[in-house]
Amino acid sequence: MLDIDNVTKTFSGFTAVSGVSLTVEKQQIAAVIGPNGAGKSTFFNMITGHLTPDSGAIRLNGRDITGIAPHKICGAGMGRSFQRTNIFPKLTVFDNVQAAYLAHRGKGGNFWSPAERFYRDETEALLRSIGLWEQRESIGGVMSYGAQKQLELGLALASDPALLLLDEPTAGMSATETHEAIRLLERIAGERELTLLFTEHDMEVVFSIAQKIAVLHQGRKIAEGTPAEVRADPEVRRIYLGHH
Amino acid sequence: MSRRIPWTLVVLLLALTIPWFGSRYYTFLATQIAILSLFAVSYNLLLGTTGLVSFGHAAYFGLGAYATGLLMKELNVPFLLALLAGGLLPAAFAGVFGYFCVRLTKIYFSMLTLAFAQIVWAICFQWNEVTGGDQGISAIPYPELGWIGAIPGLGGFRTGDHFYFACVVLVILCIWVLGRITDSPFGRLLTTIRENPERASFIGVDVRRYELAAFAIAGGFAGVSGALFGIFNRGVFADFMFWPKSAEVLIMTILGGMNYFWGPVAGTIMMVVLNQQITSYTEYWPLVLGTILLVLLFAFPGGLMGALDAGAKRLRGQKTGGGDA
Repeated sequence: MLDIDNVTKTFSGFTAVSGVSLTVEKQQIAAVIGPNGAGKSTFFNMITGHLTPDSGAIRLNGRDITGIAPHKICGAGMGRSFQRTNIFPKLTVFDNVQAAYLAHRGKGGNFWSPAERFYRDETEALLRSIGLWEQRESIGGVMSYGAQKQLELGLALASDPALLLLDEPTAGMSATETHEAIRLLERIAGERELTLLFTEHDMEVVFSIAQKIAVLHQGRKIAEGTPAEVRADPEVRRIYLGHH
Repeated sequence: MSRRIPWTLVVLLLALTIPWFGSRYYTFLATQIAILSLFAVSYNLLLGTTGLVSFGHAAYFGLGAYATGLLMKELNVPFLLALLAGGLLPAAFAGVFGYFCVRLTKIYFSMLTLAFAQIVWAICFQWNEVTGGDQGISAIPYPELGWIGAIPGLGGFRTGDHFYFACVVLVILCIWVLGRITDSPFGRLLTTIRENPERASFIGVDVRRYELAAFAIAGGFAGVSGALFGIFNRGVFADFMFWPKSAEVLIMTILGGMNYFWGPVAGTIMMVVLNQQITSYTEYWPLVLGTILLVLLFAFPGGLMGALDAGAKRLRGQKTGGGDA
């Protein structure tokens, strides 16, 4: 599904990511973990096209997507959520998701028909499935943090992705919100047969849903495997899990 | 769903009543308001809808004025054809300049729009053979609109009234088209760029391409407005594209309310009327105007339409006894 081959990214002399490879199989739930500054965000931004790797290649379903623009990668079947909540804050919940449908299904070249007529049913179905239908008239930016994260997931799902990248999906959430978000993610991934790749700092979250974990440290991948393997890895225990 | 009021039709009908007051002065003011309204509404496709602050919108206003004026004066091209050219030429220029501008963001975008506008202004100011340089082009022929007087019920109006009728119909037509564009899927995706360009690109919006399209469309309609203004003014001058004109359209749009489709029209009415009223009382009118604008901007951060909207909501709230809508 997603095949990352030996990518490296340097920022004015500082190597943020160095020769990292990772393969994610179809319908797998994979996580990238690592301490702050380990290069997780840089690694993620290269996959989504927001940064171009200095070397290495990224393939999605066999197609080389290294360094192509985000809107094209989005069209190739990848959805993403961002670490800082990233929605259209002054549009309603409904308009947020509807806009994502308009964009993804190529209606942007229509200069004439009223936008509100398009994809009403699809938008309703999606909002119901992520539990935001009751709040459809709310302005996105004034909702609770957890609800905004849900909406962001909705934006990503509207592009009908096969692969979903989530950058810290539970960052800033309360324990209850985290628990609900994880259950929602698991359910959606199952229903839609999604492949998931996410970064996360909350170890409980990672070990509860990830089937495969890669550990980054100072820009390098130091371990990869099932949760049990990673937990047992001596180097991971030394530098990351520390007290185990 | 709220019930819809066909505002375009309402504004058209209201505007058409002005000549019946029989005042040459009212028609003069109303013509100016109609023409500049289109300029401001075209600008708001960039500012209010896409979130792009252009400091050079006057360039396209002026290019339209020169194109139509020269075609009508030098080549006797019929009015409507010359007007069409007055829209297409600036749209093409906006397409070329915009190609470079949308590569930059925020203040850098704004500065580049200003730079291109000043270049165009400097060329028109110097190029004596074509644009008349600092003398401009004068004696642009009035379009032949006598046939309007032959329409039953419209007999007995002056030439200026005829031109006003033509302007109102053309301007409202253009504003209607801009309204359709704003409400279309294309327009909706422009608002996602305004709200969050990074996220817009990751729902599949090619941000630069959309911005460029908006820039060219806005430039084209600004050109139509400029073309009408050149005829109304009986002359085209390089001043039309000098930077204060770009500042003026920005101020009118913000004053009226950039978050409302009709906001720029409200702002234009306010600006033109204030300008006329104050000029007749004092020679220090820029000072007075500046002070009034300052107060208005602080008092109504959402512009005139924002203030009206808030007022209307409060009234409605009181009527229903504070119940939720």
